[in-house]
Amino acid sequence: MATTPTSSPLHDVRDGDPMLARPFQIRRTRKDTYDTVSLQLKPPDGDDGFPFEPGQFNMLYAYGVGEVPISISGNPAKNDSLVHTIRAVGAATRALTSLKVGDSVGVRGPFGKGWPVEAVAGNDVVVITGGIGLAPLRPAIYQLLAHREEYGKVVLLYGARTPEDILFRRNLEKWRSRFDIETALTVDRAARSWKGNVGVVTQLIPRAVFDPLHCVAFVCGPEIMMRFTVMELIKRGVAENNIFVSMERNMKCGIGLCGHCQLGSSFVCKDGPVYCYEDVRDSFRKREM
Amino acid sequence: MTKRQENIAVLESEGLGYLVQALIDKGYEVLGPRIKDGAVTYDQIETVRDLPIGWTDRQEPGSYRLVKSGKKTYFDYAVGPHSWKKYLHPPETRLWEARRDEQGFTVIEPERETAKKALLGVRPCELQALAIQDTVFTGGPYLAPGYQERRSNLFIVAVNCVRPGGTCFCASMKTGPKATSGFDLALTEILESGRHYFVVEVGSASGEELLSDLPTKVADDAEKEAAAKAMERATAKMGRELDTKGIRELLYKCFDDPHWQTVADRCFSCGNCTMVCPTCFCVNVEDGTDLSGQQAERWSRWDSCFTRDFSYIHGGSIRFTVKARYRQWMTHKLAYWLDQFGTLGCVGCGRCITWCPAGIDITEEVRALRDKEQSEKVQSV
Repeated sequence: MATTPTSSPLHDVRDGDPMLARPFQIRRTRKDTYDTVSLQLKPPDGDDGFPFEPGQFNMLYAYGVGEVPISISGNPAKNDSLVHTIRAVGAATRALTSLKVGDSVGVRGPFGKGWPVEAVAGNDVVVITGGIGLAPLRPAIYQLLAHREEYGKVVLLYGARTPEDILFRRNLEKWRSRFDIETALTVDRAARSWKGNVGVVTQLIPRAVFDPLHCVAFVCGPEIMMRFTVMELIKRGVAENNIFVSMERNMKCGIGLCGHCQLGSSFVCKDGPVYCYEDVRDSFRKREM
Repeated sequence: MTKRQENIAVLESEGLGYLVQALIDKGYEVLGPRIKDGAVTYDQIETVRDLPIGWTDRQEPGSYRLVKSGKKTYFDYAVGPHSWKKYLHPPETRLWEARRDEQGFTVIEPERETAKKALLGVRPCELQALAIQDTVFTGGPYLAPGYQERRSNLFIVAVNCVRPGGTCFCASMKTGPKATSGFDLALTEILESGRHYFVVEVGSASGEELLSDLPTKVADDAEKEAAAKAMERATAKMGRELDTKGIRELLYKCFDDPHWQTVADRCFSCGNCTMVCPTCFCVNVEDGTDLSGQQAERWSRWDSCFTRDFSYIHGGSIRFTVKARYRQWMTHKLAYWLDQFGTLGCVGCGRCITWCPAGIDITEEVRALRDKEQSEKVQSV
């Protein structure tokens, strides 16, 4: 089963200026971890929700500081929950994560191609994430669980650096209490009080229960984590064209015109960020591409 | 075709002044070659006297010199460091500004430029560069803000190249030395046995209309022959060539070739080649505020894939070494570009060769990769 992620433009993108940011007000903030914050945004009055596909991203602008691509991490079925989960790593993300309820964030998007959640119905789905990589996959998990009967086994494998880095604890607890999704968690290092798995996320793959021949994997995390995850999946017999990865590159425009996010012949912002592994295999094998 | 034949006219050299004036009268800002800082640059032209009359250039890898020719010619030089890109895809553009208010901030849309511009002296390779930029900026799902407005208000006077520059290779790229499309008028400057005139081809209805206001006559066979001969001579005199056969496959095959390192040993990673290239389109998007913080602006500025910052994501740059950056630039021009836009990203203008402080020559580097590939093939047989 070869499925290339597709994106149906939700409005005619050739209308209007795609570089114009629109101010959205922050409705709620949630501190996910010591360095990560989720912002729930409210589209300006008169806007009818904010439809998006799981895996798509917005360019978020912190007034006067800068703009960064951030995946949408909320539930795509809920029109009022436009959520972004942001880890403070640079000037713009630090500014965004220190904003308060009622402040404004500039928004452009949604951009890019997302996870082919609908197209893979009928298969087992294995979601493998590392660190903040859980954020762009949460909308996909919401969608899988909302249409649970259409899929075989659903597995979530999640690796974080330490127990303090674990995102979306409330979601994870809820998912772990369900019998129709297998959730396994691991951390790279932990204090003695941690009773869970310690080790990299790839170690969870051999133990997970799914049918490699009828399975689709959604993988998102640091590139090195994705590389080893893909190797492990292939070892279990998952076909390369059934593995989907979300790539990260420098992005300045989000619309395929600034050139920064080029990955070989493709532009990550419009041809990705979600790719069928088959199409980006080279970039995992070749250095500095 | 017969119509095309009828459309060939002759304008005596003194008539060029009328052409410039006619464009000004029609409300165009006329832009053309002018000497500035020791080079032929593009700037506003008010009269033909602004053109580099009697100048020619000597171009070699890493070297550009203007020389007095002692002739009366207007266009006896090849392309300089500027390209028309600076008018259609400006080096910096304010995308918008924003003001702080009670709601947070309000974004104010920029005013779009609507001035009519006439480009005088566009070389055939530059017409191809314009066509490539049209695809880049208007062929995708998103339109580059403002590009179409700037593009649709152009009048293009092309000038065929009767004397190729020292680093030109347009003939092998099939983009010159003669313009075939994409212009309103195309001139071939002839200075022979004391007579100085232009053979003029019409490429559009507005070109036809403008020409009807000028003191022209229908070209006779001898004049047409002189123009055709000049083109033949120019093709023959072209010193460089780039063999584009199977170029995409060649570059994909050579990704890990050690030759990239020998180029990197000479490359300063200065980005000159990307700044002078008429098709390089990469920009940075920069945000800032005034000192009070009450007003913010977003600017788009030309960027270069030769900087380390270009590919920076938190944790480091993807293309950390100069080797990787040169490879990215050349592979983009000659391979990725084909996949992305259906054409090569190189037009054979030679600017990157002339303006490279190390004199790195894209045609030589392609040849070196090709030769290595060939000899490896022979060895493996």
